Amino acid sequence: MNKLKDTDIQAAIGWVLRTGVFLSVGVVMFGAAIYIYRHGYDATDYRTFKGVPDFVKLSGVVNGMLTLHGRAIIQGGIILLIATPVIRVAFSAIGFVLEKDYLYAFITLLVLIIIFASMLTGHAG
Amino acid sequence: MSVIELTIIILIGSYFAGLLGSLTGLGGGFIIIPLLTLVLRVDIHYAIGASLISVIATSSGSAAAYVKEGITNMRLGMFLEIATTAGAMAGAILAIYTPTHYIAILFGLILISSALMSLQKKKEQTTIHQSYLAQKLNLNGSYPTAQGTVEYGVTNIIGGFFTMLFAGVISGLLGIGSGALKVVAMDGIMKIPFKVSTTTSNFMIGVTAAASAVVYLQRGYIDPGLSMPVVIGVLLGAMTGSKILVNSGSSKWIRVIFAVVVSAVAVQMIYNGITGKI
Repeated sequence: MNKLKDTDIQAAIGWVLRTGVFLSVGVVMFGAAIYIYRHGYDATDYRTFKGVPDFVKLSGVVNGMLTLHGRAIIQGGIILLIATPVIRVAFSAIGFVLEKDYLYAFITLLVLIIIFASMLTGHAG
Repeated sequence: MSVIELTIIILIGSYFAGLLGSLTGLGGGFIIIPLLTLVLRVDIHYAIGASLISVIATSSGSAAAYVKEGITNMRLGMFLEIATTAGAMAGAILAIYTPTHYIAILFGLILISSALMSLQKKKEQTTIHQSYLAQKLNLNGSYPTAQGTVEYGVTNIIGGFFTMLFAGVISGLLGIGSGALKVVAMDGIMKIPFKVSTTTSNFMIGVTAAASAVVYLQRGYIDPGLSMPVVIGVLLGAMTGSKILVNSGSSKWIRVIFAVVVSAVAVQMIYNGITGKI
């Protein structure tokens, strides 16, 4: 009984990871097509750190995506990719609750809290 | 260099980063950072951002395959993630007050010795001994091999947990994935089969990296022009790597690759420590 439920969680987590990965790669590739079509022969310069342009920042990325900026769309895909492991952890928490494995539901929740704490305070490895 | 040229070079390098990263459980940063900084003359901030993206891509891309095959020990991964995420946060806070280059040199030396130790094991050990804590935490597991399903027990949970905490602190201090130490903790201390150790490490590194990525995103380290070929290349490489690992019978040669790659990482770290780049 326990075993069966565990494989269910495994299947669900595998699905979350695959969907997240394919979705983000799809979005990245779409943005890449626009970016390379427009800027493919531009010269690159990453020698000095200038940060990223405003339309690629977290705050401006949605606007940049709507105006079909290639780089903003790529960044949107990257954000999806970053969200995937976090969504995976959230899904396992739900899975453990459904399995009535409250010890692991608690452990998973604790991990989620630590992740969000380090994101919000800016102290991350 | 034009955008197209840069994209193609990073794409090829990232493929190998993803391939080796998924086989060893280390992520792919150890290839991405030198490729970008030494070969392509990219500023270290952008390189760190791109490397973090490569770790997440390797982790999610290969974990999808490993979890489905039932090799990854999810409970163990979840349990140890408490240590790695809390450690990473503590390390990031400590980094403000610590001269990190000494730590980089020291950690490089620890890595080389642990790589040599992991090579010395001749046979794949699986312990059926189950410690009290492992039973309480439901950590013992099984994984599929060519000879059928193999059951294994987990020992020395407390030692493993603290090594993970240390791995987390190191990753927070130095801004690296420290997958190597995670594999060593599971394989060497907790006596978990090597394949399970590398895949479970892969499963875990994505979570710690995701927390860092949000911070780096806000600081402007993650540039889409560089991340784009990294994501695509690393994912393709990770998929190839996970196919190879799932179908391979012995883990002997994975150990050899692991030792070689870890030594390369260690040398890099000592070099960066001596030149003051970390």
